[in-house]
Amino acid sequence: MSVLLSARGLRLAFGGVRAADGIDLDVMQGEFLAIIGPNGAGKTSFINMTTGYLRPQAGSIAFDGQPILGLPPRKIVRRGIARSFQLPQLSGEHTVLENAALAVAAHAGFWSPWRALLRPEYRRDAEALLDSFGLLPLAHARADALNEGARKLTDIAMAVALKPRLLLMDEPTSGVAASEKMAIVETLVRVLRQAGVTAVFVEHDMDVVARFADRVAVWSQGQILALGPAAQVLEDPEVRREVIGIEAGPLLP
Amino acid sequence: MSRPGGKQEALLALAGAAALVAIAFGAPWLKFVLTIALAKGLAVLGILLLLRAGQVSFGHALYVAFAAYVVAFLAPLVPEALVLLPLAALGAALLGLVIGLFVSRYREIFFGMMNLALSMVFYSLLEKFYHFTRGTDGIRVQPPRVAGMALTRDGYEWALFGIALGLCLVAGWLARIYLASPMGQALSAIKTRETRLEFMGISARAALLFAYVASAFLAGCAGAIIAMTTRHVTPLLGYWTASGELVFIAVLGGAGAVLGPFLGAIAFELVRVYAAATLADSWQLILGSVLLGVILFASRGLWGVIEALLRRGRRA
Repeated sequence: MSVLLSARGLRLAFGGVRAADGIDLDVMQGEFLAIIGPNGAGKTSFINMTTGYLRPQAGSIAFDGQPILGLPPRKIVRRGIARSFQLPQLSGEHTVLENAALAVAAHAGFWSPWRALLRPEYRRDAEALLDSFGLLPLAHARADALNEGARKLTDIAMAVALKPRLLLMDEPTSGVAASEKMAIVETLVRVLRQAGVTAVFVEHDMDVVARFADRVAVWSQGQILALGPAAQVLEDPEVRREVIGIEAGPLLP
Repeated sequence: MSRPGGKQEALLALAGAAALVAIAFGAPWLKFVLTIALAKGLAVLGILLLLRAGQVSFGHALYVAFAAYVVAFLAPLVPEALVLLPLAALGAALLGLVIGLFVSRYREIFFGMMNLALSMVFYSLLEKFYHFTRGTDGIRVQPPRVAGMALTRDGYEWALFGIALGLCLVAGWLARIYLASPMGQALSAIKTRETRLEFMGISARAALLFAYVASAFLAGCAGAIIAMTTRHVTPLLGYWTASGELVFIAVLGGAGAVLGPFLGAIAFELVRVYAAATLADSWQLILGSVLLGVILFASRGLWGVIEALLRRGRRA
């Protein structure tokens, strides 16, 4: 496996809070890497630095061997890194289909004032995308009328519409009812595997992590406490004590 | 939500245009008022584009005044309406591009105030450079030829009315196409989810700039028509109350569809004319009450009222 994203020596502090205190991380082509850790550990900051939203005070990030630090978010997206949001960023007054079509258009050809957003080819692509996420029945619902699970999936679908090689997801299951969680993650893992997208996701639910992550990176106070195959990291006593907060007992039956 | 379809809107627009022509035939003195109203409708259509992005410009009279003065200065050199109009509108669009590069960095109140400030700077220039602009006295505009023909007074008024009406139909149709395109649909994303656009690889600033330049062009068309119709331009065209009037009309007409600005502008000018005739000194009172009524009882403007009627009609 080759390295897709490589971060070296990232440092970022907000006042006295260290969001990144010398982060070194390689994301491998094709893997699902989970980032876990307590709130305020700098997990989202890592996503924000990688997508160009925040500029680290030191360090470097290379995507596919090319340095990307200092590029604005929209140029980094064009290089093939998309993201989804902890709070889904949908246009509430538009339908799910229109939201998806806007993302399709953003990738396929946005700057034409003459042709409709819902032109046949964009509509077809948007519908196919929504179908793969199981969202097609909701295509004509207004985005602000959806439940949180559907909003999250739509948000992720919009990121996938950009045909990224790397997708960064910020807490894809937070705010989703426990009963829907696994179904949602299963859906999105299936879509991402099919599309051959490498994924990094911040996650608090250890069941989700144990089931879907190839590797796990444990964040704590701006540093990576542990990094390795999911089974190994999640069983690490120190990780369990420091981060997961469970002393003993297996995570999965 | 069900919206009237394109065909329905087009029919309404054509019916409205026919009604205006009929009114202009029936009451010739209203031709002047209607031409001014249609011109303002064009400028308000530009305001609507910016409103879609959640931005309110309190300075768009700048472009109206700029284009009007372009006409006033160039009319002696090129006395041809069909040349003056596009020249003035393109000039306004160019100015809009220069200013837009700057103001498209700002949002909401800062965007509004930045436009207001720049328009007042321009107003002061028009007023103070007396030697060049003749200050508050303004400049008289000799009626230009139209398509090479020197027209009688009535013929000239009809020609300008026709040009204004034709421009409104074309501009409304183009604006509708633009608003349905990805660039137009992204405007409402600027209003609510601007960072999302950036993370989709789209420059929100560039998307707003396009709408801004288009709005300056439309205001320029309005200014040129107003200059050629009133045949007298003064700095008051660019005063802040003139900018406020455009926003007033946008709210009155409703921002839900491209017909709104024209409905609003025609209602505004007619109310003004008749209110001024009956209550010479306090016609603003009537206008104010009308707007208050619209805000309280029809928050989607006059277009919203028509839309509701259409929907009820279709259901029945």
